[in-house]
Amino acid sequence: MAMNPMEQFEVKPFLIEHPLFSIGGHPIFFTNQAFFMVVVVLAASLFLTLTVSKGRLVPTRGQSLAEISYEFVGSMINSTMGHDGLKYFPFIFTIFMFVLFSNFFGLIPYTFTITSQIAVTFALSCLVIGVMIFVGLKKHGFRFFSLFVPQAPWYLLILLVPIEVISFLTRPISLSVRLFANMLAGHTLLAVFASFVVLLGAAGGVLSVVSVAPFILIVAIFALEMLVAGLQAYVFAILTCIYLNEALHLHDHH
Amino acid sequence: MDVAAAKMIGAGLACFALAGAGVGIGLVFGNYLAGALRNPGAAASQTANMFLGFALCEATGLFGLVIAFIILFG
Repeated sequence: MAMNPMEQFEVKPFLIEHPLFSIGGHPIFFTNQAFFMVVVVLAASLFLTLTVSKGRLVPTRGQSLAEISYEFVGSMINSTMGHDGLKYFPFIFTIFMFVLFSNFFGLIPYTFTITSQIAVTFALSCLVIGVMIFVGLKKHGFRFFSLFVPQAPWYLLILLVPIEVISFLTRPISLSVRLFANMLAGHTLLAVFASFVVLLGAAGGVLSVVSVAPFILIVAIFALEMLVAGLQAYVFAILTCIYLNEALHLHDHH
Repeated sequence: MDVAAAKMIGAGLACFALAGAGVGIGLVFGNYLAGALRNPGAAASQTANMFLGFALCEATGLFGLVIAFIILFG
C-alpha cells in the first residue's frame, strides 16, 4: 500500500555510528534530532548577529528582518504583559526564534523537524510553565494560588476552583501537543500525498497523467504548511506571554 | 476481528474530531470577515487575534488527529 508516512519522524543516530557516552547505562548517540537542533540554533544565532553587525541607519534586508522580528516580539510582550514584562524579552524571543526556525527548517526536504517530536515540545512547554510558576511564586509568594480563585460567590467556588486547577494543569499538555500535532499532521499529509504521486505515476497509462493532481495539491499544502510554521511559533510565544502575564499580574486587568 | 482492521476503524473514527475544527475555524474567520466588512478601519488591529483564535481552534481538532495516529501507528 502506501509507504509508511511515519518513518520520516524516526530519530536515528546521525553521522556518528557509536554512542558518544552513557548516562546510567543508556547509550547517548548523536541523533538527527540533535544535529538539526544544532543547525537551528546556529542558523538563528548567525542570522541575528551577522546581519546587524554593521548597524547601518538605512538597514539592509537581513538587518531589517532581524529588527522586524525583534520589534514584533517586543510589541507582543508590551501588549500582553505591559512594560514590566520586558525583562522576560530574552526568554520569549529565544523561544519564538527557536520554534520559528525549527518549524521552517523542517519544511526543507530530507530534513528532520525537531518540533515534530513530543519530547522536544513537551520539554519547551514544561520550561514555560515552570518559569511561570517560579516567577509567580517568587513575586507573590503563596498569594500566587489566588490565581485559581476567580471572583464568584462561595457556592460557585466549590465547583470553579477544581475546574480552574484542572485547566491549569492541562496547559503544559495543550501547549506542547498543539505544536507537536500541527507539525506531525502537516508533514504526514505531505508524505501521504507524495506517496500518491509516486504510486499514480508508477501505475502507467492515464493514471500517470492524473498524478499531476496530487502534485499540485502538495504545492498548495506546502504553502499552508509555511503559514502554519510561522503561526505556530507566534501562538506558542503569545501563549507564553499570556501565561506569564497571569503569573505577574494575578487577576488585575489594566 | 483483526487488530490491523480494528486499528484502521479506530483511526477513522477518531478523525471525526476534525469536523469540530472545521466548524470552529469557519466561525472564527467568518466572524472576522463580518466584522471587517462592517468596520474596515478596525479590521487590521484584530488580525493578530484572528490568527490566535485560528491556531487555538485548529489545535483541538489536531488533538483528535494525534489520537488517530497513535491508534494507527502505535
